[in-house]
Amino acid sequence: MANSWRRERWDSLRLLTPNWLSRLPGHAYDGPDPDGYMTMGEVVEFIEHFAQGIKVRTGVEVTSVGPADSGYQLATSQGPLTARTVVLAGGAYNRATVPPLVLPPQIRQMTPLDYRGPGDLDQAGVLVVGASATGVQLAAEIQRSGRQVTLAVGEHVRLPRLHRGRDVLWWMHESGVWDERWDRIDDLDRARRLPSPQLAGTPERSTLDLNTLTALGVELVGRFALVRDGAALFSGGLRNVCSLADLKMRRLLTAFDEWAGVTAPAEEIAPTAVPPAARLKIDLNRGEIGTVLWATGFRPDYSWLHVPVVDPKGRLRHEGGVVDAPGLYALGLPMLRRRRSSFINGIEDDARAIVDHLAAGL
Amino acid sequence: MTTVDNGVNVQALLDAREALRSAPEAAQFTWRASAKWQNGVHSTATVEKFFGLGQEQTHKSESVFSADHPEVFAAADQGITPIEYLLVGLASCLTAGVASVAQNRGIQLRSVESTVEGAHDIRGILGVDSDVRNGYNDIKVTFNIDADASKEEIEALVAQSQKRSAVYDALTNPTNITVEVA
Repeated sequence: MANSWRRERWDSLRLLTPNWLSRLPGHAYDGPDPDGYMTMGEVVEFIEHFAQGIKVRTGVEVTSVGPADSGYQLATSQGPLTARTVVLAGGAYNRATVPPLVLPPQIRQMTPLDYRGPGDLDQAGVLVVGASATGVQLAAEIQRSGRQVTLAVGEHVRLPRLHRGRDVLWWMHESGVWDERWDRIDDLDRARRLPSPQLAGTPERSTLDLNTLTALGVELVGRFALVRDGAALFSGGLRNVCSLADLKMRRLLTAFDEWAGVTAPAEEIAPTAVPPAARLKIDLNRGEIGTVLWATGFRPDYSWLHVPVVDPKGRLRHEGGVVDAPGLYALGLPMLRRRRSSFINGIEDDARAIVDHLAAGL
Repeated sequence: MTTVDNGVNVQALLDAREALRSAPEAAQFTWRASAKWQNGVHSTATVEKFFGLGQEQTHKSESVFSADHPEVFAAADQGITPIEYLLVGLASCLTAGVASVAQNRGIQLRSVESTVEGAHDIRGILGVDSDVRNGYNDIKVTFNIDADASKEEIEALVAQSQKRSAVYDALTNPTNITVEVA
């Protein structure tokens, strides 16, 4: 139970959602710090509490799901099972996505699934690739540990932790942005691929954007494009990805204000300060970089799913969680039915809809 | 209601996007130019045919470009410098992008002007200093846009045009180049 929170996350990670918003059906946070963010241990406890009184078989590894006469045949670590319906709820973060770049052999390569903390690293510089939630959090932590971090920045989503004193996810939640439905969205494919916003759950409730990282001493470079003659080459388009993120953030915050009917100016957010001459090239054979940490996204693992419902790009074919095979369902994927679908808070509405559909088919 | 018309057939582009989603092979284009040495550092390049949508295509007419170097390079200056062609390509690509994105977003443009400046240390090409690169160190594009839109909307147009620009990508990201002798 809660296996990925327990075993597949780095030590310092906390939820991006504040405690008051991390809700499961009939189970809400009732501790002393509603505005705080749960550590991984607390998430595991929270889920364990929720599961009390529910019949759950834990410690069972499902190694295969395939079609059977009237439903599905499962192979598990505790023997075979058959089921008329199956809900896939293994999440979207099972495997780290790593671009097919060949690095010099002395460079140590890690993904967020291998990384537990800066103590895992030697003292050499670290190139963190990717500036979404994972990349910015790890860049900050590693830089603070005394190792020089270079952060390769592609397209990203910038958000302040707080807007007008409230958690930015409060605004997402209350304004209805999180309720935007999958079937009313212009470009669903894009919405489902949207990287996690640059947020961190810290006790200080502080913003973790590129300006924060620059102030810590992190060096920003453009998107990691290519390795040529042992050198990492970075895109010269850093300024534009930062402009895009600044513009989109402002547009979102303005929409929040319009929704709230507030006109008083909000706290000024400085545009992303892009280095005037970001490096385009780093020689990976010079010893400056010892480790490359790929924070380039995650994808679900469907290698055990022997039902033809995965497209050539590895995406599950489903309509709002109703998978393209009778009796097969999915939960907990980005933008499954709503923008909130991949947050703990989003599971209740999605599960109700899926269970209604599932029950009607039984 | 006034109709926004920047002269871009956005519907055709959106239709093409939809059609090519299921036919990626038709999306494979090959652009071509052929160049001929004239004399000195003067050459002419001709562009007429290209391949795309599964077949050979031809521009309405052939275009011929003269490339040379200026007199301060001790050349005859019978055309612009090759590296200036990159600026021409970048400016026209971004401008086309601004017009297309504006059309798609329902923004009427009245004028779009830009200047492009490329900072170039010619010690690289002259072999004076091996630490100096041959190409541009920095390119700066400045747009002046008059449109029925807020400053932020105009900034978003310009940002989106960079995001979808072929020439911007070709200049900001490395590209493998093979040069052979036939």
